[in-house]
Amino acid sequence: MLRLDCPNCGQRNSAEFRYGGEYDPRPEATIQTAEEDWIRYLYQRRNVMGLQIEWWYHRAGCGLWFLVERDRRSNEVARTWRWQSAGAEKATGEIES
Amino acid sequence: MKDHYDVVIIGGGAHGLACAYYLARDHGITDVAVIDKSYIGAGGSGRNTAIIRSNYLTREGVQFYDASVKLYEGLAQELDFNVMFSQRGHLTLAHNDGSVRTMRRRAEVNKLEGVDSRLVFPDELARICPQLDLSEHPRFPILAALYHPPGGIIRHDAVVWGYARGADQRGVDIHQYTEVTGIDVANGAVTGVRTTKGNLSAGVVLSATAGWASNVAAMVDLELPLDTFPLQACVTEPLKPFLDVVVVSGSLHVYVSQSDRGELVMGASVDPFTSYSMAGSLDFLEGLSGHVLELFPFLSKARILRQWAGLCEMPPDFSPLMGFTPVVNFLLDAGWGTYGFKASPICGKTMAELIATRQTPELLHPFRLTRFAEYDQVGEKGAASVGH
Repeated sequence: MLRLDCPNCGQRNSAEFRYGGEYDPRPEATIQTAEEDWIRYLYQRRNVMGLQIEWWYHRAGCGLWFLVERDRRSNEVARTWRWQSAGAEKATGEIES
Repeated sequence: MKDHYDVVIIGGGAHGLACAYYLARDHGITDVAVIDKSYIGAGGSGRNTAIIRSNYLTREGVQFYDASVKLYEGLAQELDFNVMFSQRGHLTLAHNDGSVRTMRRRAEVNKLEGVDSRLVFPDELARICPQLDLSEHPRFPILAALYHPPGGIIRHDAVVWGYARGADQRGVDIHQYTEVTGIDVANGAVTGVRTTKGNLSAGVVLSATAGWASNVAAMVDLELPLDTFPLQACVTEPLKPFLDVVVVSGSLHVYVSQSDRGELVMGASVDPFTSYSMAGSLDFLEGLSGHVLELFPFLSKARILRQWAGLCEMPPDFSPLMGFTPVVNFLLDAGWGTYGFKASPICGKTMAELIATRQTPELLHPFRLTRFAEYDQVGEKGAASVGH
């Protein structure tokens, strides 16, 4: 069973959480935002076989949405942390095979 | 391995091998290599629960899967290989009013497309599958079911081996334990493939790797609308034959059939989070067992023999991604989520036609990669493991 370290509640069973998809900041919503950027944001996924930064929601706990870096080959969790601001998160997970 | 092939197919599963087979049989294209990083059928083709059906929800889906069922019906004869296709009937149970409504709609869509499919109620269900707990006591009482007589099960390994032998006899090269490490692109077009056993130049490259398509596409700098989830399944120890239909419940996320060896083959929905790990979990086993006992309480003493997982790449609309990509001569047969095995023959046949003619066959048009940018998705909520 995967266990996650919630920034508020500490180590908990993953059944308490909901997976929220890979971290992919939303394009800035202005009149100039190109349609292709929205389409890419809405549909395309990196779906890496390696480290991924992703959202999790502590639904059976404190209700926090937070970030997790997890290796999708082994499900090993590298770190968990509180989201700060858009653009501040640097993805270290490049495609490795 | 030669240093050039007109067509290189990445992925030696039922899809890739079927495509190679039809390229050779229908179009005389035999300068074809099928490359797999493991043995043939090691991926989704050997990990699914071997259910064949065509009672989907969208017109496009029903037409596509029905063409596949028709090919499966003649497959043993065609390949001279006993694929043990048993059209024993397929039941999708409805436990609430919303599900009954969905089943009714599916039945009507199916009938319009000429597929044998209808709604049945507990009195008739008691004759088709008396083993089900049809009382009103369960937490999820069975109100009705979508009954699809041509649905059934098949021996999935035999499908892989049959296509492989047929392709091999017609001159196709099959390279097992050969992993693709890169794809060469020049001026926006594919020129070759690099593998752990050497490099080769290629006219056309087809990615037919269930689960791993995003990784192959990344080799040509393409991002796909896919996310990869494990899906787990298990079998029990052999029991005397007692179940001669396939029983599925969308609400309980479970499908059960009995194999010729007497094992109950049971699968669930995809895992709650994405991963490329194929490790099994106790969570799955516990959840699935509870749901199976809801339908068949007398199985409480049955023992699990083994469990496994396969990878499902899920597109947002539960329909596949097939055909041309922005990279010239790089083709996709991807996005096969939880429904890929049953589509193998028709995928192989239509992709072979696409490669030979450079035209998208009518059946494949709805599943083109550009449908997302064109806001023309094919919402296939009749797919396995999609709740209703």
